[in-house]
Amino acid sequence: MFWAMLLEAFRAIGANRLRSCLTMLGMVIGVAAVVLMLAVGEGARVTVKKQVDALGTNIFIVLAGFQNTSGVRSGSGSRHTLNATDAQALAELPGVTGASPVVNSYIQLVAGGRNWNTMVMGVNEQYSQVRSWETASGRPMDALDVQSASRSVWLGQTTARELFGAEDPVGRTLRLGAAPFTVEGVLAVKGQSLDGRDQDDTALTPYTSSQRYLSGSPFRGMVRMIMLQAESAEIMPALEEDIRALLRERHRLVDPSQDDDFFLNNLSAVMASAEATAAAMTLLLGAIASVSLAVGGIGIMNIMLVSVTERTREIGVRLAIGARRRDILTQFVLEAMLVSLTGGLLGLLLGAGGAWLVAAVWRTSTVVAPSSLLLSFTVSAGIGLFFGFYPAWKAARQNPIEALRFQ
Amino acid sequence: MAEQVVAVKALRKSYLTGAGAVEVLHGVDFELDAGEFTAVMGPSGSGKSTFMNILGCLDAPTSGEVRLMGQNVAGLSPDQLARRRNRDLGFVFQGFNLLPRADLLENVALPLLYAGAPAAERRRRALELLEQVGLAPWARSRPNQISGGQQQRAAIARALAAKPRLVLADEPTGNLDSQTSDEIMKLFSELNDQGLTLVLVTHEPDVAACAKRLARFRDGLLVEDAPVARRRRL
Repeated sequence: MFWAMLLEAFRAIGANRLRSCLTMLGMVIGVAAVVLMLAVGEGARVTVKKQVDALGTNIFIVLAGFQNTSGVRSGSGSRHTLNATDAQALAELPGVTGASPVVNSYIQLVAGGRNWNTMVMGVNEQYSQVRSWETASGRPMDALDVQSASRSVWLGQTTARELFGAEDPVGRTLRLGAAPFTVEGVLAVKGQSLDGRDQDDTALTPYTSSQRYLSGSPFRGMVRMIMLQAESAEIMPALEEDIRALLRERHRLVDPSQDDDFFLNNLSAVMASAEATAAAMTLLLGAIASVSLAVGGIGIMNIMLVSVTERTREIGVRLAIGARRRDILTQFVLEAMLVSLTGGLLGLLLGAGGAWLVAAVWRTSTVVAPSSLLLSFTVSAGIGLFFGFYPAWKAARQNPIEALRFQ
Repeated sequence: MAEQVVAVKALRKSYLTGAGAVEVLHGVDFELDAGEFTAVMGPSGSGKSTFMNILGCLDAPTSGEVRLMGQNVAGLSPDQLARRRNRDLGFVFQGFNLLPRADLLENVALPLLYAGAPAAERRRRALELLEQVGLAPWARSRPNQISGGQQQRAAIARALAAKPRLVLADEPTGNLDSQTSDEIMKLFSELNDQGLTLVLVTHEPDVAACAKRLARFRDGLLVEDAPVARRRRL
């Protein structure tokens, strides 16, 4: 019975080819729009996720405090309130997997005939753990490098390429400003940061070396920033309080009315909001695309209503020779679903193709998630059912006598 | 004594129109035994179509009793009526009413589809019937590829598919020329000879003369119900 009805549905669709194709087109466009928009949104989400992962997971950043001179407040780091021993103390807090001071300075690097200006970051041996940033070749920084303030440098991929081209920089000597350093390793590719900066355009040295040979700071041992990593996202709110308490204690801020002399940023929160923004964008794009899907559904309903009217007499004959109402209902719902599912499948292909094209032409990342394909398929079946039901119901409840008399 | 197929008592039917209720059947009594061949005649508006619709379980009486195979059909649900139409009744229409997109085999098998018969059984029975009405070579043809007379034969085959107890034909020759009409009436007569119970509505005395019994309607009443005096044998 089902197969006979399906065959009949195919025939009915085939009998009005142009009309069926145009109706299907509505569904094709609707589903394609949804698939494409979800792919674009998902692509954005994945990109953000990648940047979040590139930064490292569960990161806190402690910045040195500001100066308040007669009410004029300078920016963060204008006072030297953090030092390297703060970083050591923070690293020993329970729940902290690593902490590293970060001392940045822009320095001209010179290797043989080439030179390149880049941000040199003075860090300790825990930095690679905190940032989840492996050494691609050479050896990683160790505690001895930091203790001895060795003249060692680790190059980011971009810096290595600019200075050494295709050659292997490990073991080569270069000058950071005036000081000669040896390249001990090349860092793994890190990609863009959230603000679009190339994170591979950098070089790392032990912060001790950086302070001794590069910055020439009068406040030796002071750092502007400490980066630390928590064991898990769950403990971050509690850990934030521990960090604050520890730093206040170390900085002798015993009176609760005194302001912190540092800034504590929970980067997870920033990342979470960035991810939430991307997710909201996906939802918005999906919602806009759903409108066209709904329009496609209305197109199906419209055509099914026309089809039911045209076939009134046929419905009358079927009822007269013993079709029950649900037989008629099933037949027309089946027909509507066949149109919507065929349109949906074509739309799926078109949407996936479109996503590929968008990725290729605009060089943005689009991700066609299997779940979005499943969703579109289910939704198009649902649309066929929903928008096909009313016309089918109208067909099924016809009076056979009047239907037979219909010209 | 033959089995009683139809028993109608004090049948009344009224319709609600803009001008109020209009009664089109004012109390009709009618009985039909198995194997009968009855022609129903009457002018337009005499109530014969309404009578046929009620007999065919397409419409419900306002009052009175309609028994089909001994069972009262008044008060049956739409699905129960559909089942009666499917199992006990066969319909032949003036306009043939074959499904245009299906071939003859599928058209003839359609009542069996709604009866829930398996595909092989439907096919076997439909072929058998097409053979019987002389359309076996056209089993895979569409209705628009054959003549009106052939279409009506196919429609008759369809009416017979579910082995009904009663076949109702509404002006079956109305769209056919006289020669083709005679062919169709000959087929009906043969089927009746094989035991089929038939009720046929017609305007044409020639056609009515092929039946064994004539029922005449006028103004909502059965005014004449008698054997056909000089039956026309084709």
